[in-house]
Amino acid sequence: MSLANLRRLEAEAIHVLREVVATFSNPVVLYSIGKDSSVLLHLALKAFYPAKPPFPFLHVDTTWKFREMITFRDRMTQELGFNLLVHINQDGVDQGVGPFTHGSNLHTHVMKTMALRQALEKYRFDAALAGARRDEEKSRAKERVFSIRNAQHGWDPQRQRPEMWKTYNTRVGAGETMRVFPLSNWTEFDIWQYILQENIAIVPLYFAARRPVVSRDGMLIMIDDDRMPLEPGEEVMDRMVRFRTLGCYPLTGAIDSEAATVPDILREMLTVRTSERQSRLIDTDEAGAMEKKKREGYF
Amino acid sequence: MSYLQSVPPHDLGAHLAEHDSKTVLRFITCGSVDDGKSTLIGRLLFDAKLIFEDQLTNLGRVGSPGTANGEEIDLALLLDGLEAEREQGITIDVAYRYFATSKRKFIVADTPGHEEYTRNMVTGASTADLAVILIDSRQGILPQTRRHSYIASLLGIRHLVLAVNKFDLVEFRQSVFDEIARDYRAFAKKLGFVSIQSIPISARFGDNVISASQNTPWYKGPALLEYLETVQLDPPAAERPFRLPVQLVMRPHADFRGYAGQIASGRISVGDPVVVAKSGQHSSVEAIVTFDGNLPTAAEGEAVTLVLADEVDASRGNMLVAPAARPFVADQFQAHVIWFDASPMLPGRGYILRTETDSVSATVTALKHQVNINSFAREAAKSLQMNEVGVCNISTQAPIVFDAYKDNRATGNFVFVDRATNATVGAGMIDFPLRRADNVHWQATDVNKAARSAMKSQRPAVLWFTGLSGSGKSTIANALDRLLHARGKHTYMLDGDNVRHGLNRDLGFTEADRVENIRRVAEVAKLMADAGLIVLVSFISPFRGERQMARELMEECEFIEIFVDTPLEECARRDPKGLYEKALAGKIANFTGVSSPYEAPENPELHLKTVEEDPTTLALKIEAFLDGQRGDR
Repeated sequence: MSLANLRRLEAEAIHVLREVVATFSNPVVLYSIGKDSSVLLHLALKAFYPAKPPFPFLHVDTTWKFREMITFRDRMTQELGFNLLVHINQDGVDQGVGPFTHGSNLHTHVMKTMALRQALEKYRFDAALAGARRDEEKSRAKERVFSIRNAQHGWDPQRQRPEMWKTYNTRVGAGETMRVFPLSNWTEFDIWQYILQENIAIVPLYFAARRPVVSRDGMLIMIDDDRMPLEPGEEVMDRMVRFRTLGCYPLTGAIDSEAATVPDILREMLTVRTSERQSRLIDTDEAGAMEKKKREGYF
Repeated sequence: MSYLQSVPPHDLGAHLAEHDSKTVLRFITCGSVDDGKSTLIGRLLFDAKLIFEDQLTNLGRVGSPGTANGEEIDLALLLDGLEAEREQGITIDVAYRYFATSKRKFIVADTPGHEEYTRNMVTGASTADLAVILIDSRQGILPQTRRHSYIASLLGIRHLVLAVNKFDLVEFRQSVFDEIARDYRAFAKKLGFVSIQSIPISARFGDNVISASQNTPWYKGPALLEYLETVQLDPPAAERPFRLPVQLVMRPHADFRGYAGQIASGRISVGDPVVVAKSGQHSSVEAIVTFDGNLPTAAEGEAVTLVLADEVDASRGNMLVAPAARPFVADQFQAHVIWFDASPMLPGRGYILRTETDSVSATVTALKHQVNINSFAREAAKSLQMNEVGVCNISTQAPIVFDAYKDNRATGNFVFVDRATNATVGAGMIDFPLRRADNVHWQATDVNKAARSAMKSQRPAVLWFTGLSGSGKSTIANALDRLLHARGKHTYMLDGDNVRHGLNRDLGFTEADRVENIRRVAEVAKLMADAGLIVLVSFISPFRGERQMARELMEECEFIEIFVDTPLEECARRDPKGLYEKALAGKIANFTGVSSPYEAPENPELHLKTVEEDPTTLALKIEAFLDGQRGDR
């Protein structure tokens, strides 16, 4: 195959998106508002053109996302006219679960993993597409493009199906569901290069700006609203920062950066010495954290 | 991690364009356990400075005993991303890593060495262009070296690097290298690799991994990375014929009908003629539609939507192809099959055969031979066990479109899926169609099934009684037979024991023989139904797969599955033939319910519980079902 890199990755992802629509009766896209989700949304518009993407997009709102993410989400929904479903784990809200009171692990489990399971069961989705990439994390590097989940939404790495060529086994048994990752073979650099090439809209938090942050556990945490209690000795700084990944604001670290445009970000990436997930608190809570979360049904 | 350069380039645009146009080399590392596959990739990435700092720091956290605290980093841990892998210190599943140098982009699949995880090695190999086979220089060629070399060749990999590893442990002696390289070449001669490059390396210390080692002055060849950066892959073969497997038919509104798919080979332009492979209908391309505007032309690898000039019948599973060079369309063909599942592949058993876009019922009609991976000798076999490779004749319920795998990896492959578990149980590479499919036609007769059943004033049916030995199948079937006979119906009873006295007397009770037993009976029942009869089949038939296969042989609504449900304890208590006593004493092997499984029907037409009602009442129920649901008089 002699296609240029991005073209090849694009074709591969479109093929996977179409395969899901051809073989599942009720698929959904897990839309996290981040850069990978923005790319996935863009690819979905391409894959079914001239039709609209024939599936809804689901955002699992933990109620702790950056405010700018929610604004961006609502603007995109309006501009592009796709079908957006938002799900919040109301039990968690009622119990007041949050990262400051309950810790990042419990918060993520209740407001993200459990919320996702609730939503998948509520709408009876049989396939959930997501923008995860193999280069993000080493247990992800082991996952298939079509990754089967048991009735409890758990991933069992030892029982992964062989996956040869582009001949996907899309059959699931009663209660089982499929998670599908069209961007499996994309790297972070590919994502940025594609965002530049296709002029894809992304949340402004990816671009450097002066923002109020505190230094906590070796990370720069942005004060996004008044729910964040300051610890003794902590001082709010006004720093030029941006985010490499986006999640719940108390769990997502910013990096010092001057990169205010996509080309700036690409230049920055050519010299960067740390991985993008370094700024994600939930991945480093314990060794094998990601695998453990996935076994529990995290996407 | 994707890419690293020490200084940001001034001209980002030109740099990105160059980056985007680099060729991609997909390769795997394979070989026996502990030959150092994961360590090699870890070393490659580490020495090429392609590992992020936090990833190295995290290794300290998860390091296996003895390696975490010190100077030496266990590089394999960069790859072994699963908990079980770190605990056991082995690679279980394939890991994909992505990196680029100034010359090329790489996608590397690190595959497991244990025979048990061969399916994961095949997963990585199916999309690779090159294989790096590792050998422990103290051990030489091991059975897994042979197995992986054979599988790599079978899956169409044409370029091979023989990495003779742990060379520090043999004091970098040239004689060791020469001997292993010579042995390997002799062994691999039959495997059809286009190139084999042997390199003496130490993954642990980095000798000849990214640069030439001081320790092997006698070795004049390239270091591994240098070789991977420059190896010539197959030149783009003279343009191959156009193939577009139809993945999805797009019909957003009444005026638009587009055939979406990824071009498997060749090139297509607006105005080009195409043929719908299964029907032979001709048309031409009116437009190549994409989100970014219509294209004048598109080529291999692109995901497109074609609009044709004429209305044709082409749904998912069909293929749009070049009229002058068409693929095969057949329902019988020969293929090489690799088996992955713990329950063996059995000739006669039904599976779902999945190509890139098509899905049909299929049976292996003959296992011609199994391939011995050490000698490549053909050996007779009745079944394929896990990780074995065999050459099979395969028959599908409906014709599929394909090319030979050697000509086209995308259109020549398939996977087998188990009906009951939905597991991917095997992978196939098609060799060629069997001529029988063309030459043996069903003989059409003037007096047909409809005429024969009309004369008998009945609808033919196959009543399939399944259940444990001693559950009461034959007793109920016999009672029903009397009832139907008394009403002037033409019936015939096929009984398991009776058939084994004649037609099937050559078959035993192994799983393979039981599958063949059912296949023959199903075929006989089909002929009898064709003769217009109501056939009562009374067989334990323990496996869902075979009952499904029998169902699919018959016409719609003709097959009636009757589950004679009697608990095992009750059957053993009745024990009309004294078989349970013997089986429980261990005197009968493969006895259903005792030493061999019974897979109960999931959706039988009739579910009879014999502990609650007597055989005559149950027979009357079946008669009522025939009268009512099927509208028989």
